[in-house]
Amino acid sequence: MNAPTSMGPRPPHLLDFQEWTPERLNAILDNADTMLQVLDRPVKKVPALQGLTVCNAFFENSTRTRTSFELAARRMSADVLTFAAGASSVSKGESLRDTLEVLTSYKVDAYIVRHHAAGAAHLVARYSGKPVINAGDGRRAHPTQALLDAYTIRQEYGSLEGKKVAILGDVRHSRVARSNAELLPKLGAQVVLCGPATLLPAGLASMPGVTLTTDPKEAVRGAHAVMALRLQRERMSGGFLGSLQEYADTYQVNDALLKEAESGAIVLHPGPMNRDLEISSDAADGPQSRILKQVENGQAIRMSVLYHLLVGRN
Amino acid sequence: MTPKATILTADEVRRALTRIAHEIIERNKGAENLALIGVHTRGIPLARRLAEKLSALEGVDVPTGMLDITLYRDDLSEVAQQPIIRETQVPFDLRDRRVILVDDVLYTGRTVRAALDALIDLGRPAGIQLAVLVDRGHRELPIRADYVGKNLPTAATEVVKVKLQESDGVDSVELWDMEALR
Repeated sequence: MNAPTSMGPRPPHLLDFQEWTPERLNAILDNADTMLQVLDRPVKKVPALQGLTVCNAFFENSTRTRTSFELAARRMSADVLTFAAGASSVSKGESLRDTLEVLTSYKVDAYIVRHHAAGAAHLVARYSGKPVINAGDGRRAHPTQALLDAYTIRQEYGSLEGKKVAILGDVRHSRVARSNAELLPKLGAQVVLCGPATLLPAGLASMPGVTLTTDPKEAVRGAHAVMALRLQRERMSGGFLGSLQEYADTYQVNDALLKEAESGAIVLHPGPMNRDLEISSDAADGPQSRILKQVENGQAIRMSVLYHLLVGRN
Repeated sequence: MTPKATILTADEVRRALTRIAHEIIERNKGAENLALIGVHTRGIPLARRLAEKLSALEGVDVPTGMLDITLYRDDLSEVAQQPIIRETQVPFDLRDRRVILVDDVLYTGRTVRAALDALIDLGRPAGIQLAVLVDRGHRELPIRADYVGKNLPTAATEVVKVKLQESDGVDSVELWDMEALR
């Protein structure tokens, strides 16, 4: 059902945040509180999605996102079909559409899609006729990661309203940065994206609530949360950086840089980390770090997203 | 708009709860090792009021909790709106306790079934009993209440509205025609 509510009509998919109202996004965060409670119980499972089958369609390698989604779906009592492209007919040349038709014949009720190509999740949404959650498509979007980041910040401060979030590093190749730049201002936060000019696409400056800078101190000054992005060397064909050492000397999130931030500002990283490159071990493991909290929150957020998309939808 | 009938006034709600408190004590031979868990929304203040009465009668502090059954409902494909999950808070160990589940209206029994599932996932109580302010009939599952404030035969086209001070500013139980509420 898709009846209009005070939160606005429920979007059929979570591909990015364009169709999602702040009220609905806040409801996902609110319900994640309950999901965290479920994860603390002796029986870490509820029957909300009993009888539904969720397909984890991962066309790109991922361990933490895939397992987090898989566990989230199982905690909600859904059956999970995990599909890894490397071990499938995709590696034999089968198209995404043909693969989907095969999966659809297995009576899948929802798709969680990770793909190296931007827009792949939209394609699945168009052909599958079922709710699709984008688990990362190329450099474009990774909405559940942004939601868990927002949730982790909200957990710390009670609200995102008026908070400053500095995101440093390889912005150019980061779907996490894009999704956070889309989500956080919707929830009232201000986002500063920072990195070397070669890794900082100027087009992002037109996003509401988002500013760009190449100066890490300026980015971090007064920030309530500081997020380091992984340097995605596998996506770089060269020419983006003078040297890794030079990059680390300037843009690494470390204790010295954190002194510029608000006192007690939290440190985030979407993982996996290149330790002592984009983030120092001191910052990653220090008292301000919420990196492991992000992982824990990821499962609760994904349970909440599955609940919001699937429950009550005939 | 006015209700078809007022079934319980504020005084009658108070007396019904007092009677239920006495019945709980009698059946359980006191109030030791009991717990009261209210089902959202109006079960929660009812559970708290029963706890106060048990404390006044027996001098025993009976712990109370709140239970949301949204994630356990079996009719979510039939509801148009996406339900918002509310808080479940049971800040005590359920083991070896006799739990009194408290709700305002007992109707099809599906809410109670969901509440039983939710409760058992939180721990293993020694026993579970059910207290409701109104039993309006029309059961779809083999569930019955141990303590009933008012048995009220109703038509399926009628709506029972329980109002409580805590949420509505007044205590009453009213019977309405569904049509009148549309």
